[in-house]
Amino acid sequence: MTDIPAPRHIPDRLDKPLSSAIFSWEALLVVVAVAIFVINSFASPYFLDAYSLSDLTFNFTEKGLIAFAMALLIISGEIDLSVAAIIALASTLMGMAVQAGADTPVLVLIGIVVGLGCGAFNGLLVTRLGLPSIVVTIGTMSLFRGIAFIILGDQAYKGYPSSFAFFGQGYVWWVVSFELVLFLIAAVVYWFLLHRTSFGRRVFAIGNNPVAAQFSGVRVGRIKFILFCLTGLMAGIASVLITSRLGSTRPSIAQGYELEVITMVVLGGVSILGGSGSIVGVVLAAFIMGLVTFGLGLLNVPGIVMSIFIGLLLIIVIALPIVWRRLRGGS
Amino acid sequence: MKALLKYREIWLAAAIIVLIALISTRFPAFADPGNLAQVFNDTSILMILALGQMVVILTRSIDLSMASNLCFTGMVVAMLNAAHPAIPIPLLIVIALAVGLVLGAINGLLVWRLNIPSIVVTLGTLTIYRGATFVLSGGAWVNADKMSPDFIGFQRAAFLGIPVLSWIAILVIALFFIVMTRTALGRSIYAIGVNPTASVYAGIDVGRTKFIVFCISGMVGGLSGYLWISRYVIASVEVANGYELNIIAACVIGGISIAGGIGSVGGAVLGALFLGIISNALPVINISPFWQMAISGSAIILAVVLNARGERQQGRIILRKAEAA
Repeated sequence: MTDIPAPRHIPDRLDKPLSSAIFSWEALLVVVAVAIFVINSFASPYFLDAYSLSDLTFNFTEKGLIAFAMALLIISGEIDLSVAAIIALASTLMGMAVQAGADTPVLVLIGIVVGLGCGAFNGLLVTRLGLPSIVVTIGTMSLFRGIAFIILGDQAYKGYPSSFAFFGQGYVWWVVSFELVLFLIAAVVYWFLLHRTSFGRRVFAIGNNPVAAQFSGVRVGRIKFILFCLTGLMAGIASVLITSRLGSTRPSIAQGYELEVITMVVLGGVSILGGSGSIVGVVLAAFIMGLVTFGLGLLNVPGIVMSIFIGLLLIIVIALPIVWRRLRGGS
Repeated sequence: MKALLKYREIWLAAAIIVLIALISTRFPAFADPGNLAQVFNDTSILMILALGQMVVILTRSIDLSMASNLCFTGMVVAMLNAAHPAIPIPLLIVIALAVGLVLGAINGLLVWRLNIPSIVVTLGTLTIYRGATFVLSGGAWVNADKMSPDFIGFQRAAFLGIPVLSWIAILVIALFFIVMTRTALGRSIYAIGVNPTASVYAGIDVGRTKFIVFCISGMVGGLSGYLWISRYVIASVEVANGYELNIIAACVIGGISIAGGIGSVGGAVLGALFLGIISNALPVINISPFWQMAISGSAIILAVVLNARGERQQGRIILRKAEAA
């Protein structure tokens, strides 16, 4: 008769050091956000106004929507650089449909389906052929936007139906825009998906160790494929919003968004190496980026100078905990 | 392994020859040696940049800030030239190298000392350097009429029938070839890419070597800054916007593995030439230049698919077998 070993207690989250680090990360972001908010309201008399603050949200809602899906993708150890190009392609095809006389529901459907299709294409290349996602999506980034350029050249599509304008310009209640509501709903959905479902646990497992995850019965390829589809889907939705807000399509639409989305995700505390991150962090990072760009905009700071602040913020926020830990550790 | 590398470059060279042959069926003068030399000259800057990016990618890092570095350094030399036309061009080139080196060293220090992933660091400096260009110039452009004739003419002067720009590219290619194949630094760079842990045990200072490769890519970016500005004779904040991805595309088409450790000088040069030939050929065979982006995108995807065959890692194969069992 042998002793049956007592079942080992495996905590479902690691003890203090990690959880307090994550807590301090989000705490740090809250502090940064509050500081920027206070500075802004002192710097410009126009800042603390319901309508100003409502305008502010348009700075991050579209990118933020993509950032949620991108966060999951980056946690799983992959990346998608083609999101802005997906926006351009979806917007161009919506523009084509308008020329053919399509109405709002069809346009929205086209945006979503094109986004989903592009995401699935990325996902197939990465999971079926085992290719590195950073290179695949640099390729599809040129391909998708390239197709938009072939279709449109130096032209622009206009003449979207007036009912289509609601998505990017409409308000649900008072100063609360449709985009903001969608952003908040998506935040809750993705928070639930990542932090409260077994799917989310699998995403973390894959990011920490894909081989171990595979041997634990996680279908790594399938989950990564789903994540690419989700990212494409969110880019398609963002495309509907941006096209509706601008009311026109050029092939250069949303140029450079991919790097802003990734900056948002990384600023939100998602490890670029995969395996850790939270949706709350991404939401905070989206607010911070919106606050910075809007506040500086009120002070008439040109967009390109704002980008210095975003870049510095990214590096400082990431470097700060490392420097702090090192100083405290005394090494 | 070495045979495989050669194999891949031969295939790429063959693809380029087929491409040239295809183009010359529509436009025979394209395959003319004089025209091909022109294409080489046109692609010089991309080749130089691709080589700088290659050493970074070989160590499993990435430098997204090269195009912004180019933009900033180009603005510095253009403004210096506009203010002090008497500064000789060789000195300006040294200044460009030095400014580029400083920008690269900033990336390198952040990667080395703080251990921040290079993609995050250079994503940040990508926007910072371009923003700094705006602050430096106040948003103004430096036009051709403010540049001295020497500044513009230096790279166009012919030496032995070939423009100086091409000679600079040839010199840089030779230099990289020597460093990558004949020096300890070159071997360390490959070693780190293949296996960073083993490199540490082999006595290679991984952090310091990464710092050095970022210094190299910075210097290359700075040099290209002068070359770009004097070639297109305009310095503005928009110079080479988004070009960082073209540089990486050239590397990928050239067979350099984004996972590090695999790639060669010849591959980077051929990858850049491939893109250069496409962009030069489209106008002459009457295809709208709007096709270029989609074509290079397809070329990148095709290149990764083909390259991936030689790169399959051991672990993955074992896993596949386990799955099948």
